[in-house]
Amino acid sequence: MIISSGFHFLLIMIATLSLPFLAKKPIDLPPLVSVELIQITDKTNIPFAPKANKIIEKVKKEEEKLVSEQAPPKKVKKEKPEAIPLPNENNEKVKKLEEKKQNPEKIDDEVKQVSEFEKKEIFDPNNIAALIDKSKEQLAETNVQTDKITQSQDQNMDISGLTLSEEDALKAQIFGCWSIPLGLPYNENLLVRIKLKLKPDGSVVKTEILDHARMNKPGQGFYKVLAESALRAIQLCQPLRVPTTGYERWKDLQLNFDAREMLEG
Amino acid sequence: MNYKNILIILIFFIFPNKSFGLIEVDITRGNLNPLPIAISSLSSDISTKNELLKLLKVQDVGLEISKVIENNFRQSGLFNPLNKDSFLQKPDIAHLKPRFEDWSLIKAQALITGKVTYSEDKLRVEFRLWDVLAAKEMMALAFTTVPKNWRRVGHIISDKVYERLTGEKGYFDTRIIFVSEKGPKTQRIKKLAIMDQDGFNTKYLTLGNELVLTPRFNPTNQMVTYLSYFRNLPRVYLLDIETGIQEVVGDFPGMTFAPRFSPNGKKIIMSFAMDGNSDIYTMDLENRIVERITNHPSIDTSPSYSPDGKFITFNSDRSGYQQIYIMKSDGSDVKRISFGKGLYGTPVWSPRGDLIAFTKLHKGKFYIGVMRTDGKGERLLTENYYQEAPSWSPNGRVLIFYRETKTDSKGEGFSAKLWSIDLTGYNERLVETETDASDPSWSSLLSN
Repeated sequence: MIISSGFHFLLIMIATLSLPFLAKKPIDLPPLVSVELIQITDKTNIPFAPKANKIIEKVKKEEEKLVSEQAPPKKVKKEKPEAIPLPNENNEKVKKLEEKKQNPEKIDDEVKQVSEFEKKEIFDPNNIAALIDKSKEQLAETNVQTDKITQSQDQNMDISGLTLSEEDALKAQIFGCWSIPLGLPYNENLLVRIKLKLKPDGSVVKTEILDHARMNKPGQGFYKVLAESALRAIQLCQPLRVPTTGYERWKDLQLNFDAREMLEG
Repeated sequence: MNYKNILIILIFFIFPNKSFGLIEVDITRGNLNPLPIAISSLSSDISTKNELLKLLKVQDVGLEISKVIENNFRQSGLFNPLNKDSFLQKPDIAHLKPRFEDWSLIKAQALITGKVTYSEDKLRVEFRLWDVLAAKEMMALAFTTVPKNWRRVGHIISDKVYERLTGEKGYFDTRIIFVSEKGPKTQRIKKLAIMDQDGFNTKYLTLGNELVLTPRFNPTNQMVTYLSYFRNLPRVYLLDIETGIQEVVGDFPGMTFAPRFSPNGKKIIMSFAMDGNSDIYTMDLENRIVERITNHPSIDTSPSYSPDGKFITFNSDRSGYQQIYIMKSDGSDVKRISFGKGLYGTPVWSPRGDLIAFTKLHKGKFYIGVMRTDGKGERLLTENYYQEAPSWSPNGRVLIFYRETKTDSKGEGFSAKLWSIDLTGYNERLVETETDASDPSWSSLLSN
């Protein structure tokens, strides 16, 4: 019994030790391919790649810089309650957000009540399209920038007109709409000044060509072509990307279209 | 009263009426994208359609005219004619009063509508140009002509619309004279041919018995000057396209070549070569007086007048290499203007007067380029194995030239075709011709 049990034990031991080994042999293991997923987040530990860590930190810093240069929209939200101390409204907003989650159908009614630009903040199909289409990314960014203007910025604008970012957004929009007539004589004065009357949502109520008399002057036929192209650009672009606040300040706006730079270059 | 005044002043200070200076924004950039334009078929009633079908064997002349305009605009590179399938409004209704919302929906910024009628053996074509965004009419014109001129009407409408929207004259109602080529490279049959600028209505002016080269249009009428062989000598000829009468220009003891008209069409400027020397001469077509312009032991050739007739550009190898020069029209004050690497030839002064087009050979490649009249601002527009002889469109925006392809080891594969390119250098297009073609020359506008 002892001998047989000893043999049995021995057999079991051999089987347990050798069989897996034997079974492993015929398997042709594919060469090891090390796949290291590095997530660039704060939680990632990369103890064996100090260089990569440094690079990531650099990239982060650069990203931070870029964000700060582009007038971060986050700050706007923080400043809003400080600038407009209406606690009731804030509470309402929170409630609205909660409602959105529970009953999305109600959102539509609410959107209709707010202004054009606030609509974009909540749901802007153009921005969604821009996320899909990379070519629209820049436009989407400018949309967000112009939409979220802080109260402090607004106060500055009272004195100095539009801020640089607001002006840039407006310019970028009109650049895209203005098809410059290529046949204009570039050695002539190619400046057309157009005064606009705007609605709060940026749509154009009235346009006025300031040098209208020049249109009928002999030898200035090109000016009419130029002025019409500028008017088409305004029509095509409206509603214009204007700030959400300070309507009194920009309800009258003058656009100076100058084709000379483009045609000379 | 005093209290009231004080109250008003107080109110004024308490509630100040904010006033702002007018905000000005400078727009100094735009896009150079082709302008989206809808060209509606020109409408016509059934009787007009039937009569014109009998007469011209064309199903719908109104539709065909709109296609001529569409093709012109597409070739120009400045317009984007929209697909007719996307049009929501019928041509006849659109011509009366367009529904601008429908046209702006398909992104059209301009709209052309029109109507064709046929009565008393005359074709009457009217058209309207609409500004879709401003919702207003920009232009309305009507033309009456013989029915067979229907394609020309399409070109004239194209010119009018082009001028209204771009600010410069068009170039569609023009013709191109060129050398038609047929047969293997060693035995080419070359005929003088003329066609509309869009490649239609080709007519052959010579039979192909004699070699013809470098035809050039008179800017003021339907005369053509070209080079052909007379008693085995290359000589400059004059040909009246309307009458078919041709004559040899001048009685020179040597060979004459590279002819071109003066801007007023009254003189011919050309090269005259004798004893290995080539100089530039002019001949007055009224009194046949010949005048020598250059007198230099080098080869001076390819002369071209400035549009005001005060200057001449030409190429010369007087510096040791072929370069471009300008001088006053009497031959004085010669200045070299090309200083880049390579050889420069065939200079042609732009009808606008601001640029000179040329052919450049550098490191085995041929380039068509432009430079300012002082030689600065050289821009090479296109590069190829072999291409030369640029000729300006009458508005100075487009150049037409010819390009040859390489012959393979079996001596096959050779071809010569006409190409056009605009001043941006991006809009390069093959100009369709019935046969191989070379040496193109663009006419002035046939109608002004």
